[in-house]
Amino acid sequence: MIQIKNLSKLYQTKKQKVQAVDNVSLNIEPGEIFGVIGYSGAGKSTFVRLINRLEEPSDGSVVIHDKDITKMPSHQLRKKRQKIGMIFQHFNLLWSRTVFDNIAFPLEIAGVSKAKRKEKVLELIHLVGLSGKEYAYPSQLSGGQKQRVGIARALANDPEVLLCDEATSALDPETTDDILDLLVSINKKLGLTIILITHEMHVIQKICHRVAVMENGKVVENGEVLNVFVRPQSKTTKRFVQQLNPLEHEKDKLYNFINDREDSEVVKLHFIGNHARRALISEIAKKFDVEINILQGSIAPTQEGAYGTLFVEINGEKAVLTNTIQYIQDSGVEVEVLKHA
Amino acid sequence: MLKDLFPNVIPEDLWEATLETLYMTIISVIGTLILGLILGLLLFLTDKGNVWQNRFVNFLTAVIVNVFRAIPFIILILLLFPFTDFIIGTIRGWEAAVPALIIGAGPFYARLVEIGLKEVDKGVIEAAKAMGAKTNTIIFKVLLPESMPALISGLTVTGIALIGYTAIAGVIGAGGLGSLAYLQGFQRRDFDVILACTILIIIIVFIFQFIGDLLSKVIDKR
Repeated sequence: MIQIKNLSKLYQTKKQKVQAVDNVSLNIEPGEIFGVIGYSGAGKSTFVRLINRLEEPSDGSVVIHDKDITKMPSHQLRKKRQKIGMIFQHFNLLWSRTVFDNIAFPLEIAGVSKAKRKEKVLELIHLVGLSGKEYAYPSQLSGGQKQRVGIARALANDPEVLLCDEATSALDPETTDDILDLLVSINKKLGLTIILITHEMHVIQKICHRVAVMENGKVVENGEVLNVFVRPQSKTTKRFVQQLNPLEHEKDKLYNFINDREDSEVVKLHFIGNHARRALISEIAKKFDVEINILQGSIAPTQEGAYGTLFVEINGEKAVLTNTIQYIQDSGVEVEVLKHA
Repeated sequence: MLKDLFPNVIPEDLWEATLETLYMTIISVIGTLILGLILGLLLFLTDKGNVWQNRFVNFLTAVIVNVFRAIPFIILILLLFPFTDFIIGTIRGWEAAVPALIIGAGPFYARLVEIGLKEVDKGVIEAAKAMGAKTNTIIFKVLLPESMPALISGLTVTGIALIGYTAIAGVIGAGGLGSLAYLQGFQRRDFDVILACTILIIIIVFIFQFIGDLLSKVIDKR
């Protein structure tokens, strides 16, 4: 639905050139929630602004529904922008307008009649759960409520895609979850495509179907969220995954359990998707003559299924151990045997 | 009792002078508002990184604004005599003071307008662009409403300066309280007339300030 090809943005000043976005190509499918994650300065905010041309691309193209945004004259671009909703980190509401009038603003821009505006605005206020706040001013609202107004405003002209620029970064964790739930429900209810920029892995994990990891203006890794989570390739991605699951990476604490004895192994098990629901441990305990000592574990739900890790110490005869590990592997769970470095 | 305190004050003259001062002030405040908004918007919009970014126009506007702000008001009136004569048809009376008052205060207000517009949250302007707003829409539905409290308090400050200017204009024939204070009060040494004029000017200033403060407070929903 959205084809981004070789998109680049070069900022040029007298003193230096900054390649904010460097040759990014992505395809975004209709109805998906696509996440872009990166540290600040990675170029993700510039990237999302290139999609609706708030920033002019230096090179490349953005094609939405077979229309190349990058080649549109400005009057056509303005029309197109009415169909590209956007929400912001700092909400960017007009303080001088009430909730109702803020949401009506994009409709005024689109030239919708007053009666129709009212109908649409009330419908949106209901959708984002702000009934009763129609005539409040933004200053009277909490952060989460402000972002709800932002979302309602972005949806006013029935957009084809919703761009979220760090939409939850200014909110506390609980409110973040509420807003993310709202985005998922809108995605499901309206089938709306969402492109979401964030620096929080938690956000990606919670609502995205696919993710791209950005670093220095480049996409260093992208794919299904679960895949990227389980097999992070680049260093940046690994750091992000670690952010989500700090336990997994504190291997030092497990070193006391790791030994060179042949009748004992410490293994890390990766449960992905449906495997996460299996009672694998009790299964092998019954099947093989081994003793299992659970060291630590965690589970993270994602849009495409859960993803868990478990560290266990397995004690038993060497041959039995090998068979056990083989059995675990055959059942589709990834196994990694930990050794002293 | 008032007669004892102000023996030389003729109430009808004082009333007429007060009205003249009010007319001068109100009409020049309206003119200043329009001129200042135009110049201020031009300064803001042609500035670097803005929608009408244009170094030449920005520079030119800034020069005009700075030059007219630099000329002392009393000299500006004299300089503008031919211009005033041309558009008003006379150089005497309160009407004749209006062009000089507007040209003197407009550039000053323009700077205040520019400052007010710069305070508008860049993110809100960006959001309006992202919604597909035209520049006109951004000016009238975002920039002006969002900077309204600053525009109003700026106009209050400018308006009060204008009341001062009307008194100066009065001295060289524009009428009003300044004229009365100078001609009757100073030249005929009737100091009670100066005092009465002063009190009235102070009252006008206070009323102006009060209305300005009230308006910007009511309108500010931040």
